[in-house]
Amino acid sequence: MPESLTTIAYLVAGVLFILSLAGLSTQKTARRGNAFGIAGMLLALGITAAGHVTSYGALAVAVAGGSVIGAVLALRVEMTSMPELVAALHSFVGLAAVLVGVASYLGTTPDTEHAEGIIHAVEVFLGVFVGALTFTGSVVAFGKLKGLVRSKPLLLPGRHVLNLLLLFASVALGARFLGADGHEGLSSLLIMTGVAGLLGVHLVLAIGGADMPVVVSMLNSYSGWAAAAAGFMLENDLLIITGALVGSSGAILSYIMCKAMNRSFWSVIFGGFGADEGSAPAKREGSEPQGEVTSVTASETAALLRDAKQVVIVPGYGMAVAHAQYPVYEIAALLQKQGIKVRFAIHPVAGRLPGHMNVLLAEAKVPYDIVLEMEEINEDFPDTDVVLVIGANDIVNPGALTDSSSPIYGMPVLEVWKSKATIVMKRSMASGYAGVENPLFFLENTHMLFGDAKKNVDAILTELRAALSSAAAE
Amino acid sequence: MKIGIPKEIRPGERRVAATPETVSRLLKLGFEVQVESHAGAGASFADADYIAIGATIMRGARELWAQSDLILKVQPPEQHTELGVHEAELLREGGTLVSFIWPAKNGQLVERLAARRATVLAMDQVPRITRAQKMDALSSMANIAGYRAVIEAASFYGRFFTGQMTAAGKVPPAKVLVIGAGVAGLAAIGAARSLGAIVRAFDTRSEVREQIQSMGAEFLEVSIQEEGAGAGGYAKTMSPEFIAAEMALFAKQAKDVDIIITTALVPGKAAPVLITEEMVSSMRQGSVVVDLAAEAGGNCAVTRPGEVVTQHGVTVIGYVDLPSRLAPTASQLYGSNLTHLLADMGGAKSFHVDLEDAVVRGAIVLHEGKLVWPAPKSAPIHVPPAPGRKSLAPAPAPAKTPTVHPLRSAIFAVVALVLLGLLGSVAPKEFVSHLTVFVLACFVGWQVVWNVTPALHTPLMSVTNAISGIILVGGMLQISGPISSPVTLLSAAAVLLATINICGGFFVTTRMLRMFQR
Repeated sequence: MPESLTTIAYLVAGVLFILSLAGLSTQKTARRGNAFGIAGMLLALGITAAGHVTSYGALAVAVAGGSVIGAVLALRVEMTSMPELVAALHSFVGLAAVLVGVASYLGTTPDTEHAEGIIHAVEVFLGVFVGALTFTGSVVAFGKLKGLVRSKPLLLPGRHVLNLLLLFASVALGARFLGADGHEGLSSLLIMTGVAGLLGVHLVLAIGGADMPVVVSMLNSYSGWAAAAAGFMLENDLLIITGALVGSSGAILSYIMCKAMNRSFWSVIFGGFGADEGSAPAKREGSEPQGEVTSVTASETAALLRDAKQVVIVPGYGMAVAHAQYPVYEIAALLQKQGIKVRFAIHPVAGRLPGHMNVLLAEAKVPYDIVLEMEEINEDFPDTDVVLVIGANDIVNPGALTDSSSPIYGMPVLEVWKSKATIVMKRSMASGYAGVENPLFFLENTHMLFGDAKKNVDAILTELRAALSSAAAE
Repeated sequence: MKIGIPKEIRPGERRVAATPETVSRLLKLGFEVQVESHAGAGASFADADYIAIGATIMRGARELWAQSDLILKVQPPEQHTELGVHEAELLREGGTLVSFIWPAKNGQLVERLAARRATVLAMDQVPRITRAQKMDALSSMANIAGYRAVIEAASFYGRFFTGQMTAAGKVPPAKVLVIGAGVAGLAAIGAARSLGAIVRAFDTRSEVREQIQSMGAEFLEVSIQEEGAGAGGYAKTMSPEFIAAEMALFAKQAKDVDIIITTALVPGKAAPVLITEEMVSSMRQGSVVVDLAAEAGGNCAVTRPGEVVTQHGVTVIGYVDLPSRLAPTASQLYGSNLTHLLADMGGAKSFHVDLEDAVVRGAIVLHEGKLVWPAPKSAPIHVPPAPGRKSLAPAPAPAKTPTVHPLRSAIFAVVALVLLGLLGSVAPKEFVSHLTVFVLACFVGWQVVWNVTPALHTPLMSVTNAISGIILVGGMLQISGPISSPVTLLSAAAVLLATINICGGFFVTTRMLRMFQR
């Protein structure tokens, strides 16, 4: 097959990938975008298989195995566990990048005399480094999301020094790698893989659960850069383009998430939460909000909802954990039938993945035009009668705006306290992931509905149904 | 100069044109102030209060009028039944009078005053310009009327305004509809809101939407687009289609709300009838309608000006003296408006009528007996901002934005350029062309991804996840060697992992996107 034809095919595939991302700009075009992505992928793989592969045995086995595993994973995963799946998939890309890098090193004769050879060696080294970092980082992220690893940040003393040491070690190994003859650099490469892996583990361990959206999108970005590095070492433009697309996409997501938490990117990546204090976010003495917490029952909540004109539901990670999205939407639909305006308010970092809440609500068939972003709905809270906060905490903390000593000060939040009544569903009075007390709970127009979100939501739903059917019977 | 404050003679009028406090300000401006005995009684100001501040108390209206250069009044002059003489006749020849005049409908009065060669300033004619806000007596009175309307409604309405959860059960909040969001309407919204009611408001002028919302009320709309803002910030008459649409809205609201407060006035015309008798009868028993336009005929068909009528179990309040029912405050504000006007006219020492001054020119009716009203239309007038209460919410915290020092970014750019230059001088052509592709792709990605709606960020991640499985190509390029060679094995493993990614990513994206629906 002529070289140019392959290049053209790659070009087309690259364009399809760009169109794929562009398609995701709106819900209407999103499915078409996904189709473009699949088409681009099939084209790229087909042309590579036809043009560059001469023995198909190993390829067929690997592709068949991978397809089955991938399809099963994708079809089985629950929408509430999307963050775990995404993290797992990132780790695969990272590992694949490491393997490709090592294979590329072994498959070519190292040539450190000429610039090309040196550049190739640097590319291999960088690709493996980023790949290893992505791999172990994603594995730890997966563990944290799955609950296998404690989600509290692990903050070792002198962790910045440790990171720097690991980085320096990698650079030193890189110098040794470049200076080695033949394939003798392999040991340096493998040791560096271990070092980079350690760095990945340590970086992600230091990041708290609430910061997971940033971590996951950052790892997404890394997986892209790893692919791009592989493209450089194999001189393959398609890999470079795709890697760059993915890399910038992840970078933007990380940026958006950081902005949503008013946190600098670096403090999330290197500091863990509360980096300024240099210690785990301890509750500050004497600064805890004082006041009485009023609790309500599910039936009182149902009564309040029935008398409201405008209701806003604020879902958080707690709703995902309790799988409460279906009954929540049933409540919303029931209220809507009564002529009550019901909308959902999504904070950018609600959940453990950018856009996580949107996916869960979409799963429960909530129409996307009543699901609003923070900026769209914040000014409507003063006109809202009842706000139902389900398993969210830090994203509705008024302290973020008023208490300059709060670790989350300056983070934009959903201003639910401006509404006439706020009902917060929570398991207990424990503080959120950020470890910050929430003065919202002590406000006069805030009522707490303690207990499992799913059970409470179900109870409210039952009450509402009963009330409405008895009203209809009258 | 001597200022005279006569006692108001209109039955039921409790206001007075100066309170002890405004008198003290007039004295500071250099005026001598004489007050008719018992002038402040209706507004709870005793003669002693005026004396204490330095005013003179005079017995007898005739004396007071005769011995004052400048008369400050609330109501337009009228027949003094006790003395059997018209107040205009009491005014000194060539004297000055400042009060409400309503020259458009009081032509006879103006003639009488002209015969006295009087100089007359009408407080109802003060133009609505920014500078004249402190003299705008109509706004002051409208503000009070709006507040009082809610208080009257509350006293006739047999329930709480605020919703309460009490130990004995739940009380729903009252629902209040305010029609017309001028100064009176906005004041009514504010008062009703602070009593705890749910307030909705309607106005033909879309510009007041924000003001309504800032007061905490819901802005009701009709489906027809038509702008109702006329000259000077007042409303104009609307088209028949629009009126039909708003009537339908009112009919619907009447069934739902407990209290309706109407304040719809079109200047110089009879008030439009917005609440028909049918709507009144559709209201819940015990509901209340307060018609602030009663004096101009009323916005409600049932309204009888000056009276309270109960029809179909609904109380319709048509009081025309709402400001007077809050006499101390109304007197204080009106007196302040007068003081500001007199201060603007030069105080006692250099008191003069400056026809070049926009406020004086607008308000003056007679100048030394010569009719100079109405004032010629002047430059576009500025609408005074509503006295809307500013949001009480805490100011949004300043976001901590990292400030990038320009010097630092310049250094960064220079370093980047130098590095690129170095790279360009040593790197092979191949590499540079790959770099070109890479950098451009980064920029394309950057541009494209910013457009992705936040709701689709999870699908975005899974798609990028899938396409980052393109690293599969890297494995394929190296998989063709002997089956047992490490390169082939490594590549096969890479292919396996990447395929999981591609399949998993695309499948799960498809699954997710299928769920997004309107």
